[in-house]
Amino acid sequence: MAKIKGAVEVDVLHCKGCELCVHACPSNVLALSKNVNEKGYAYAYMQNPEACIGCASCAYICPDGCIKVYKVKL
Amino acid sequence: MNENIIAPENLVYEKSKLLKDNVMHYCPGCNHGTVHRMIAEVIEEMGMEHDCIGVSPVGCAVFIYKYIDVDFAEAAHGRAPAIATAMKRLNPDKLVFTYQGDGDLSAIGACETLHACNRGENIAIIFVNNAIYGMTGGQMSPSTLVGMKASTCPYGRDVELNGYPMKISNILAELEGTCYVTRQSVHSAAAVRKAKKAIRKAFDNSMAKKGTSVVEIVASCNSGWKMTPYNANKWLEENMFPFYQLGDLKDR
Ligand SMILES: Cc1ncc(C[n+]2csc(CCOP(=O)(O)OP(=O)(O)O)c2C)c(N)n1
Ligand code: SF4
Ligand code: SF4
Repeated sequence: MAKIKGAVEVDVLHCKGCELCVHACPSNVLALSKNVNEKGYAYAYMQNPEACIGCASCAYICPDGCIKVYKVKL
Repeated sequence: MNENIIAPENLVYEKSKLLKDNVMHYCPGCNHGTVHRMIAEVIEEMGMEHDCIGVSPVGCAVFIYKYIDVDFAEAAHGRAPAIATAMKRLNPDKLVFTYQGDGDLSAIGACETLHACNRGENIAIIFVNNAIYGMTGGQMSPSTLVGMKASTCPYGRDVELNGYPMKISNILAELEGTCYVTRQSVHSAAAVRKAKKAIRKAFDNSMAKKGTSVVEIVASCNSGWKMTPYNANKWLEENMFPFYQLGDLKDR
């Protein structure tokens, strides 16, 4: 079976650190950063990038449209 | 590794081009943003961006016109269905929708809502029910649950004093003029996908002139409810869904 690998890009400027994507991810890929953006929000990032399956659950739940999702078949 | 995956040819999801780059004024985790995203995606998929008129409410979503790149008119509080009636009658080939909160649609605008639906105006109504007046500080609304705390019922809604919560979508489904009435949510990725399909159906109905469509989104207002966004979505599942049951109320 072909293996699927995903990756996401978070728009740091638009992220408000609501953490909904962190909870929505079935593979525990995302976490909030220690750093903050211009508005003072801790932003989402891929803490565990190897686990991403590119399902886009994070992008669908994000209220601010911050997440781009990429996927490849290996 | 990621560098190889992050390339244009591997892109599977990004926000709609109709969603402007302005940072939305909503509180972190607010369901309004999620609903805006789905509306923008549906309009883009229909190719209606140059032939769409939205009517914005009074409430937190008053600035929706700053976020979705289509034409908008701003209505006085509760009057969106009346404005949309005129827009659609004068421009029958445009996609016309209103976007309204529970205070806007079921309190001050109950009259406009009932009569637009009863006349069967060919508009789509997107109704975001977060059970309080979000914008003005979390006051009780017609849809506040029994026992639910709000700034004007700090000990919880008391039926003796405040009456019962109103399932206005059920009432609208009873009216001859409505063709499609559904209750959806955006608290999970799966729910967001379903809500998007419902919005698409409502917008298609507007174009097919089938009558009035109402898409209620049972939503959270995490700062009004004084919870984290995640806990507010959990609270929604546990407390709102048993009363405001999800699913189609009418589809013809
Ligand atoms: C005629 C009039 N009356 C009252 C107000 C004050 N007001 C502004 S927003 C609002 C309630 C909005 O609540 P809702 O429709 O539930 O939307 P939300 O903010 O929760 O999304 C009220 C009463 C107003 N702007 N105009
Ligand atoms: S695409 Fe899916 S697996 Fe990858 S981070 Fe988003 S939710 Fe997690
Ligand atoms: S859901 Fe969106 S706004 Fe919220 S933390 Fe994730 S990327 Fe940021």
